[in-house]
Amino acid sequence: MKRRKISSFEIINITILIAFCLLVLLPFLHVVSLSFSAPESSFVEIRFWPEVFTLKNYRQVLRNRDIYTGFMNSIFRTVVGTALSVLATVCAAYPLSKRNMPHKNFWTIMVVFTMFFNAGLIPTYLWNKQLGLMDNKLVLILPGLISAYNVVIARNFFMGIPDSLEESAKIDGANDIVIFFRIVAPMSKAIIATLALWIAVGHWNAWFDSMLYIRDASNQVLQVVMRRIVLEGQIASLEIDDPLLASTANPETIKAATIMVTTIPILCVYPFVQKYFVKGVIVGSVKG
Amino acid sequence: MKIVLQDLKRYYKYRYMMVMFLPAVVYFIVFKYIPMAGLSLAFKNFQIKAGIWASPWCGLDNFKMLFQSPAFWQSFRNTLIISAYKLIFGFPAPILFALLLNEVRQSKIKKLIQTVSYLPHFLSWVVLSGICMQFLSPSSGPFNMLLKEMGLDPIFFLGDPNVFRGTLVGTHIWQSIGWGSIVYIAALAGVDVSMYEAADLDGATRWQKMRYITLPTIAPVITIMLILAVGKMMTDDFDQIYNLYNPGVYNVSEVMGTYIYKRGIGNMQYEVATAMGLFQNAIAFVLVIGTNQISKKINEYGLW
Repeated sequence: MKRRKISSFEIINITILIAFCLLVLLPFLHVVSLSFSAPESSFVEIRFWPEVFTLKNYRQVLRNRDIYTGFMNSIFRTVVGTALSVLATVCAAYPLSKRNMPHKNFWTIMVVFTMFFNAGLIPTYLWNKQLGLMDNKLVLILPGLISAYNVVIARNFFMGIPDSLEESAKIDGANDIVIFFRIVAPMSKAIIATLALWIAVGHWNAWFDSMLYIRDASNQVLQVVMRRIVLEGQIASLEIDDPLLASTANPETIKAATIMVTTIPILCVYPFVQKYFVKGVIVGSVKG
Repeated sequence: MKIVLQDLKRYYKYRYMMVMFLPAVVYFIVFKYIPMAGLSLAFKNFQIKAGIWASPWCGLDNFKMLFQSPAFWQSFRNTLIISAYKLIFGFPAPILFALLLNEVRQSKIKKLIQTVSYLPHFLSWVVLSGICMQFLSPSSGPFNMLLKEMGLDPIFFLGDPNVFRGTLVGTHIWQSIGWGSIVYIAALAGVDVSMYEAADLDGATRWQKMRYITLPTIAPVITIMLILAVGKMMTDDFDQIYNLYNPGVYNVSEVMGTYIYKRGIGNMQYEVATAMGLFQNAIAFVLVIGTNQISKKINEYGLW
């Protein structure tokens, strides 16, 4: 192989891109640093590392009841919601991938139409309320159970599996459901993993449904608890827990620690799962 | 009668397949199509006791009320203006980023930069707004501290109506540039390497190669993405705006989505808010379908 000289263009280019990365990362570093800063630190100079390192903010945040319940509810909706959604999505997608499904075009249009038109906020809200989903944990899972976009992606994947594999099973007398779970699903691990990760991140990040339908603090998700503390500045609930700390607490450091508690689970998984996401985007954009 | 019988036979033959599909049918009817029928509320006079279905009809009264409201037109304008800014400044950003990244030959550095650029995409706007608020704070945020050290006045990114739309566009680019570049990076990977080699033999400069080989190859993708982006102009980023804005900047950033939420859920004016939602969704629908048809004509790159 030829040894390549690094040109001045490449140096400039990489410098620009690294500067860009810093620009993306600095707001995050700032929050990380704040979250580890002692509440009484001075904030008169620019710094991206704590002046005095402490875990006090985290201790205070994690001891808070609302945040604990919120964390648990977010985990619940992510785990249960993702499992149900993936199951419902592949069960919808597999029949649509079969040539001989009765009225296939009609059913496909029924699914795809919802990608382009929806009822909008108010009719959906009133209807879900009428269904008794107000203050019900199911509201976090059921109304968004199946996304048409995901069904289309899964359907396209299943269409790529050769029929011959299923034919032999059919001769042995297996029905479509058995064939799907015994033969097709094990071959589709890649797409199922992609969908699961996609849906799981969506569940962890979802906040609007919870804000809209859930009034009761014991059913609230972490994003909404965090929103109340960080964006609406309702720190009061945090301070009641520890009157000693309350006198010295700096709202900014507490807010930063709250943001981090919401973000850390994503930060832990995203570098490993992003390649599945990228694959999904490319599959989706080339032929939806 | 005969046709019905034939259909029934077919459904019986494929009964296992249809049993599998049944939950999806129930889901789409209950959670998508019945609420769509609830759009009839836009033409009704809502009475809580009667509910959506039994409330009396009132013709186009709700739309008349809506079109007479200055706040509605304000939000309509804001939606279009903010979308236009995001299109003008936000659309070229990921293309530029992809072109720069494409010139990086060290694949490890390339991977690292890409991974970092995706980070904001994986977080909700609730988290991102919290981070932005702390970073851009006029009193304690590093950005304004830097300005102060340079002897400049702090900028109230989130509180000043003159800069708030800029903040929306800037944070939008920050959040989406890496993710938006994926499509272009994939397209750039498809550029024929032998063309570059031939150009090298002819002594083409880096700029000429980009101008005459790279850009023409990815031009179809850019066209399609542009058309699709235009199709999305009526859909405002509710998550971003709702979490970033505040009463001081309502007049420049109250968009249709946030206004529907306030008027419908906040003031419980369900019929007017439904009418507004229908207005917005209908225009969005026509735009998306129209632009999608155009993109399909241009090339086989449409949404379906």
